[in-house]
Amino acid sequence: MRKRGRGRLSGGSVAELDGFRRTQRLAYACAEEVGARLRPGVTEREAARMLRRWLEVRGVRDWFHLPFAWFGDRTAFTGFRIPLQFFPTGRRLEEGMPFILDLAPVYGGFSADVGFSGRIGENALHDKLLDDLRAHRELILREVRERRTLRAIYQDVDRLMVEQGYANRHRAYPFGVIAHTVDRVEERRWSPRVFGFGTQALKGLASDAVRGHREGWSPLWSPYGFSDHPPAPGMWAVEPHLGFRGTGAKFEEILVVTDSADPEQSAFWLDDDLPHVRRWETTV
Amino acid sequence: MSTDRRGEVRERRVSTGGLELSVAESGDAARPTVVLVHGYPDSKEVWSEVAVRLAEDFHVVLYDVRGHGGSTAPVPLRGGFTLEKLTDDFLAVADAVSPGRPVHLVGHDWGSVQSWEFVTVARTEGRIASFTSVSGPSLDHLGHWIAQRASRPTPRGAAQLLGQGAKSWYVYALHAPALTELAWRGPLGRRWPAILRRMEKAPEGAAPYPTASLPQDAAHGAWLYRDNVRARLRRPRTDPYAHAPVQLITPTDDVFLSERLYDDLDRWAPDLVRRSLPGKHWVPRTRPAQLASWIGEFVVRHEDREGGGQPKGATAAGAVREAPAVSAVRPAPAARTAGVYARRFGGRLVLVTGAAGGIGRATAFAFAEAGARVVAVDRDAEGAARTAELARLIGAPEAWAERTDVSDGEAMEKLAKRVVTEYGVVDVLVNNAGIGLSGPFLDTSAEDWKQVLDVNLWGVLHGCRLFGRQMVERGEGGHIVNTASAAAYQPSKALSAYCTSKAAVLMLSECLRAEWGGQGIGVSAICPGFVNTGITSTARFTGVSAEEESRRRKKAKRLYGLRDYPPEKVADAVLRAVVRNQAVVPVTPEARGGLVLSRIASGALRAIARVEPPL
Repeated sequence: MRKRGRGRLSGGSVAELDGFRRTQRLAYACAEEVGARLRPGVTEREAARMLRRWLEVRGVRDWFHLPFAWFGDRTAFTGFRIPLQFFPTGRRLEEGMPFILDLAPVYGGFSADVGFSGRIGENALHDKLLDDLRAHRELILREVRERRTLRAIYQDVDRLMVEQGYANRHRAYPFGVIAHTVDRVEERRWSPRVFGFGTQALKGLASDAVRGHREGWSPLWSPYGFSDHPPAPGMWAVEPHLGFRGTGAKFEEILVVTDSADPEQSAFWLDDDLPHVRRWETTV
Repeated sequence: MSTDRRGEVRERRVSTGGLELSVAESGDAARPTVVLVHGYPDSKEVWSEVAVRLAEDFHVVLYDVRGHGGSTAPVPLRGGFTLEKLTDDFLAVADAVSPGRPVHLVGHDWGSVQSWEFVTVARTEGRIASFTSVSGPSLDHLGHWIAQRASRPTPRGAAQLLGQGAKSWYVYALHAPALTELAWRGPLGRRWPAILRRMEKAPEGAAPYPTASLPQDAAHGAWLYRDNVRARLRRPRTDPYAHAPVQLITPTDDVFLSERLYDDLDRWAPDLVRRSLPGKHWVPRTRPAQLASWIGEFVVRHEDREGGGQPKGATAAGAVREAPAVSAVRPAPAARTAGVYARRFGGRLVLVTGAAGGIGRATAFAFAEAGARVVAVDRDAEGAARTAELARLIGAPEAWAERTDVSDGEAMEKLAKRVVTEYGVVDVLVNNAGIGLSGPFLDTSAEDWKQVLDVNLWGVLHGCRLFGRQMVERGEGGHIVNTASAAAYQPSKALSAYCTSKAAVLMLSECLRAEWGGQGIGVSAICPGFVNTGITSTARFTGVSAEEESRRRKKAKRLYGLRDYPPEKVADAVLRAVVRNQAVVPVTPEARGGLVLSRIASGALRAIARVEPPL
């Protein structure tokens, strides 16, 4: 793995992967536990606060972004026009409602960004969406290994969603991104946030953008021209997001891209022991 | 075996308060009992078409209301038709035909008015398992409805009050002493059958209707109004709450009653299902199959309940069910519109061609969300299967995928046969499948022309021909939506074949609308405009190399993507077009602008037609 970041990331070491994996696991554990505690009547703001508390108690001091929670048709981002609509609202959870918890803690200097889709009670449609996300996880890994351009992969993901009958809701994310890089973050005593995003992490992303601009790649994986390049080595938090008539589902996890010549080693998911992956394995 | 039973009608007489009621039973007496109550000026024969259908599965009971048909009339007539006495009659019939087991009640017109009384008074509690109301409000609910609007007259409330007041002209007329009787026994009675046929466009049924007793029935029935209307409207009961689940069926074109009357109904009937049926007042004659199917479904649903339909504790008070999707008590404005679709399309059969993607798929989903049963037809079997699967997940009670090429006449005939035998007659047909073709006329080969016309025009023709025939033969109306295009009225130098095929679809739709309008079959042509669908990736470009064709396809796809008009909005326009029975529906702003131009400044459209498309 190539040496990246501001000279701190001594690329590819097992210890480093372990660090990212530890943060990602912690974030998923948090999402699973809080997800299991959600009951009808809880608001998005309360859920987001629960996520934050849970992680802060376990030593998280900084964030790539503060936790988000979306309930009901907000999981499909219906009617989202401005980025402020991403922030948790007073929407209350009801029986049968889908929800998405999205959290990006920095832990021990390693950041992660995870998305967890769940539902309260029965929701067959939501189950179907979660099942169908599997094809996207496989498609993304396969095409990254084939070193197709990020823009082309993006378009293939879109096409698959249309074939499946869904709308891509990652289109609603800033710059329409399906993924962005995550990095090591310097831990400081004071880490202020701007619009819910940690300044340290944003600084990392910005310096990646500057470096990427010089080297011809972008830390944002979007449908636009600036993503018309093969996958750049690094840690990519990938978040394909399906939406279908008021129900949305996504996963978000880290894809490790390296400059190895071996296809297997050139790209792999950081961790396969995640709730959505376990779900697919048990349903098969 | 069931056909034997249904043919056999057993007549009997039931005594009540010194009167004899004529009661007819059919079907297996061990099955759930459905009691059908007729209105004014009718006798039990108004139900004959519905009863024949219901008798296949249920024990069906018809009775002549006192003073009507074969039942005797009270003496004196005045005071003999009060709702209390009619309740006695109902209880006597119910006890005779279904001792110890609650019955399912169905009322039309005055039959429904009196059934509302039955279902809201305490002494019938436990005797009624469910109630289906057709075209007849409760006088008590109506009294509250009027009082509410009269005491605080908002402009809208006042308009509703005046509107219904005008529709109720016959109620005042019926209060005129002697005149009513004279008219019915004289010229009105003689002409009534012809008037009814003209007004309702009702087919002649097998059973004689109206019966020979009509003048007498109508004269006696006037006392239904005189004995009850004024008293109840002036002083409505304060507790007319339904103690059984209610299915409300409102005909959309009822000249006597407006749908607004039922605005507050969820207040009185806690377990309510609403449906709307395109038709006029006498739907038991004009839409018997649909009524029978809804009544049957409702009966079965409430027969399954423990205790044969006692809803106590089984339902959350205050929950209104928009059939069959579930919605909250006070739905948001958006949900209320969805409610209109749910009432209208719940349980109806909708067939969509080209349903594996784009507008077809979005349309299938929109109907599914409204609770319709969906048949998704496409050449792409996998895509159609996927549409059907998702349709089930979002609310379609049933959905099927059919692999058929619409341009293949024989395949379409097979499809039509299979659909009618397996799923029934289609209520709404959406002929949507279409392909794109672009290129100069001289570069468009005969084969290209054939292909475009085969899919875009013949596909629609086959659909209208085969499924339209089924609709006409059933005689209960229906609706056909043909997806034309803004290209149907916007000529273009690059789209001669496509524009021609779509113009033909538009004209075909208009002609069919004229021909079938009288039979209750609406035809709409949808002209979407530039919508972001898969048509761009399959469109063909003639007169260019394969490479250039692929480039143009990509470019077109990109342009359509930039325009990014979602097919879901077209789907919504389709549902709205059916509900409102619109003739030509341009959807995107450019399609609407084009239509206006084609009518007031066709020269401008011809000028646009010469512009080279940016491909």
